[in-house]
Amino acid sequence: MIGLDTLVQGVLLGGLYALFAAGLSLVFGIMRLVNLAHGDLIVFGAYLILVVVSVLGVNPFLAALVAAPVMFALGWLLQKVVLNRTLGDDILPPLLVTFGLSVVIQNALLESFSADSQRISMGALETASVDLGPVTVGVLPLITFASAVLVIVGLNQLFYRTAIGRAFRATSDDQVTASLMGIRPDRVFATATAVAMLVVTIAALYLGTRANFDPSAGPARLIYAFEAVIIGGLGSLWGTLAGGIIIGVAQTVGAAINPEWQILAGHIAFLLVLLVKPRGLFPQGGGR
Amino acid sequence: MSVYTVTTRTRASRTAFWGALILVAGLALAPLFVGRGTIQDLFFILTMLTLAQFWNLLAGYGGLVSVGQQAFVGLGAYALYGAVILYGVDPVVSILIAGLVAVVLAVPISVFAFRLQGAYFAIGTWVIAEVCRLSVAQWRAVGGGTGTSLPREAVAEMMLVPTIETALDVRASEARDILAYWLALILVVATIAGIYWLLRTRRGLALAAVRDNEEAARSVGVDAGRMKWVVFLTSAFGTGLAGGLIYLQKGRISPDAAFSVTDWTAYVIFIVVIGGLGTIEGPIIGVLVFFLLQSLFADYGAWYLMLLGLIGIGVMLFAPRGLWGLLSERTGIQLFPVRRRLAGGALKGREG
Amino acid sequence: MTALLETRGLTAFYGDFQALFGVDITLARGETVAIIGANGAGKTTLMRAITGVLRSARDQILHAGTGIGHLPADTIMKRGIAMVPEGRRLFPSLTVEENLLIGAQHKGGRDLGDRIDSLFARLTGGPDPAAMAGDHDGSGHWSLETVYDLFPILRERRRSPGTALSGGQQQMVAIGRALMSNPDILLCDEISLGLAPVVIRDIYAALPRIRETGASVIIVEQDIGQALAVADRVYCMMEGRVTLEGRPDTISRDDIHAAYFGAAA
Ligand SMILES: Nc1ncnc2c1ncn2[C@@H]1O[C@H](COP(=O)(O)OP(=O)(O)OP(=O)(O)O)[C@@H](O)[C@H]1O
Ligand SMILES: [Mg+2]
Repeated sequence: MIGLDTLVQGVLLGGLYALFAAGLSLVFGIMRLVNLAHGDLIVFGAYLILVVVSVLGVNPFLAALVAAPVMFALGWLLQKVVLNRTLGDDILPPLLVTFGLSVVIQNALLESFSADSQRISMGALETASVDLGPVTVGVLPLITFASAVLVIVGLNQLFYRTAIGRAFRATSDDQVTASLMGIRPDRVFATATAVAMLVVTIAALYLGTRANFDPSAGPARLIYAFEAVIIGGLGSLWGTLAGGIIIGVAQTVGAAINPEWQILAGHIAFLLVLLVKPRGLFPQGGGR
Repeated sequence: MSVYTVTTRTRASRTAFWGALILVAGLALAPLFVGRGTIQDLFFILTMLTLAQFWNLLAGYGGLVSVGQQAFVGLGAYALYGAVILYGVDPVVSILIAGLVAVVLAVPISVFAFRLQGAYFAIGTWVIAEVCRLSVAQWRAVGGGTGTSLPREAVAEMMLVPTIETALDVRASEARDILAYWLALILVVATIAGIYWLLRTRRGLALAAVRDNEEAARSVGVDAGRMKWVVFLTSAFGTGLAGGLIYLQKGRISPDAAFSVTDWTAYVIFIVVIGGLGTIEGPIIGVLVFFLLQSLFADYGAWYLMLLGLIGIGVMLFAPRGLWGLLSERTGIQLFPVRRRLAGGALKGREG
Repeated sequence: MTALLETRGLTAFYGDFQALFGVDITLARGETVAIIGANGAGKTTLMRAITGVLRSARDQILHAGTGIGHLPADTIMKRGIAMVPEGRRLFPSLTVEENLLIGAQHKGGRDLGDRIDSLFARLTGGPDPAAMAGDHDGSGHWSLETVYDLFPILRERRRSPGTALSGGQQQMVAIGRALMSNPDILLCDEISLGLAPVVIRDIYAALPRIRETGASVIIVEQDIGQALAVADRVYCMMEGRVTLEGRPDTISRDDIHAAYFGAAA
């Protein structure tokens, strides 16, 4: 039975996928770089939060706050030291380097934390729920969705209201002319990846608290993120949220019919959108 | 005045031709001299080399970076198991079916994948491979999510195996490995010869033009989309054949193994990148390095994979043309020359 | 007295192709210099080299006596050398006002990013361009308001995307954008290209007011009449070399003709 309940669960799940996707979308929008290690970085973030929780014994939200600057710095260094060297007309180097990075991160996590699946405990919040009229929803999924909306609002503010955002857009338009304006493209790129890693930290928090994860969980997150971005249309963060929701709803509906079909249903929804609207539902910033 | 000839041959390439002939003859006779373990290692090397050549054709020549070639390995392998288990086809014949099924399914797959460009194509192919894996896991007749084995009778009666058994005086299981090995040798020789031939035809030159500059190629009438399509289907066919053969030899299949991104794409990318992208020689060197690393370090598990990833990143950053690129830059040697060169005319050729 | 800007034997390459063969020009404080020459003479290449888009050797370009040829474009801009690039090159995703504001993005001094870069440079032993940015502080006459006063039409169109404007208006934005950093040296590459004569007149009318604020100017111009009318001195380039230098009132049409097309013509 596909009830209202299923749909609402799907929409909320979409919030999680939009969080996975926002960082990917940000980095692609600014430097046309597709980071194949994006999912693994999210999983890495989840382990980092897990470690902070168990070492400092703090609540996961606080732990994410501690992890965020670490992730920010890592993103900055990763871009500055490695990824900036791969940018250019040829699409191969960034793809292959980030693919290699994905393999490295997965196996480093495997070596450090074993293949056992983990979960960041939220205590009572994990099972808390609220009644919203006809449906009852979990508090945690609700917070996740709200975070996704906040992240997108925040990124849009950053993009369209601040000097950094102006530099992001200018550099993405035309690197050479941007450098004539005193902007250093490699620094802009490093900042963009660092900001994306802040979003990754938030995504990691909810990845780790809502379900089990293990070192090999990254590629699937990358794929969901990617599907959300493509469905939404490149360059539109609200479109990405819509894309996440479509994947989320397709998955919960698929799972309601047959639990084995959950993931497959999400992929099929993506392929259908690709077939009907290859440029996504809100192409070229249409949903900004 | 015409002292120039256009040639793609080099002295090294002629030496290489005879060298290759001797090498292939030697490899063909190997089962007479070496044990089963070595034959299995050689089988692994040859099939990985085949996969690497086809990935290289896609990415290095076609500019199509796919992270989803495991789709065709898995589809080919499952086509073979389906043909053997459901229709009782001889396993050796089924290898051809594996290739055909892969190429037929590649047509609808390309409809989706080609809607995405560049980096998005890469992840798109990965999604499609996942869809294939998840769909095949629903196919109960071949074992669903847990997989299945090739039926004992089908394998026992497999064509040529009894002949090899008596001729070489080996047990059936070993004869099967030897047959698979010979088939792998035929496949890799055909693959390299075929790709070499393709690259030297007009079509292949057009491909190089498309890779170097799609706009310019289009302006001189090269249909870039069509070329990429041809390359995609060719790779699907070859990868499907290899997939069928690999799982014929393994004798057991599961969706997670047959559609593994690590085994059939990550390793293959590593082989091509480290050897040298966009050359025929590169994957050959790459597969040897890969095998060496594998035999030395595979016991270290995750550390080994980390090492592979780091080497791949390092090569991409500091020697993007791979080991073969470094070597041929230093020495100018080309074993499979594809570019046309002006020969003759001595020094004056420069001004001509 | 050292010139404000000087090139000494400046060479420039696009890959293997050499585009400049030892160019020597000077610009004195307060001066306006015009560079003329046929298509492909190397004028834009000279501008690119000065602004650091193309790197050259350190001492091939001197800014107030300091070698800057090796510095990246952003550092050179921070030293107070701004460019109005050929073809205007507005940022399509930015509005008119944002296009102007981005010209003033750098407000002098070392920001956090500079400090991180310097630290990083020290750690890795790499070059630290931020240390070469000099003490140009970006303050002065020009601000959004004064640029809007200079080109009032831009005030009306401030919210439009930069590329939704007419060619002349876009050129005004490009000039305004360069002025926003209050440069000591303003480089203008073919600001009249493709514009109607009335529009060209409007744009050139702004030049005296720019000079009043103390900026020294290099203009690249195909329109020889225009160049001679505004410049204190003129250089003519051909095939990557300076073929003529002089004051507008002392050089003859024949000299220019020869310098433009080669002696044989
Ligand atoms: N990006 C480039 N790559 C290779 N060669 C270039 C490039 N840009 C310019 N050139 C070459 O350098 C030479 C000088 O070009 P440049 O653009 O400096 O000329 P210009 O004097 O500005 O001409 P115009 O009046 O047409 O703008 C020309 O021969 C040109 O073909
Ligand atoms: Mg020019």
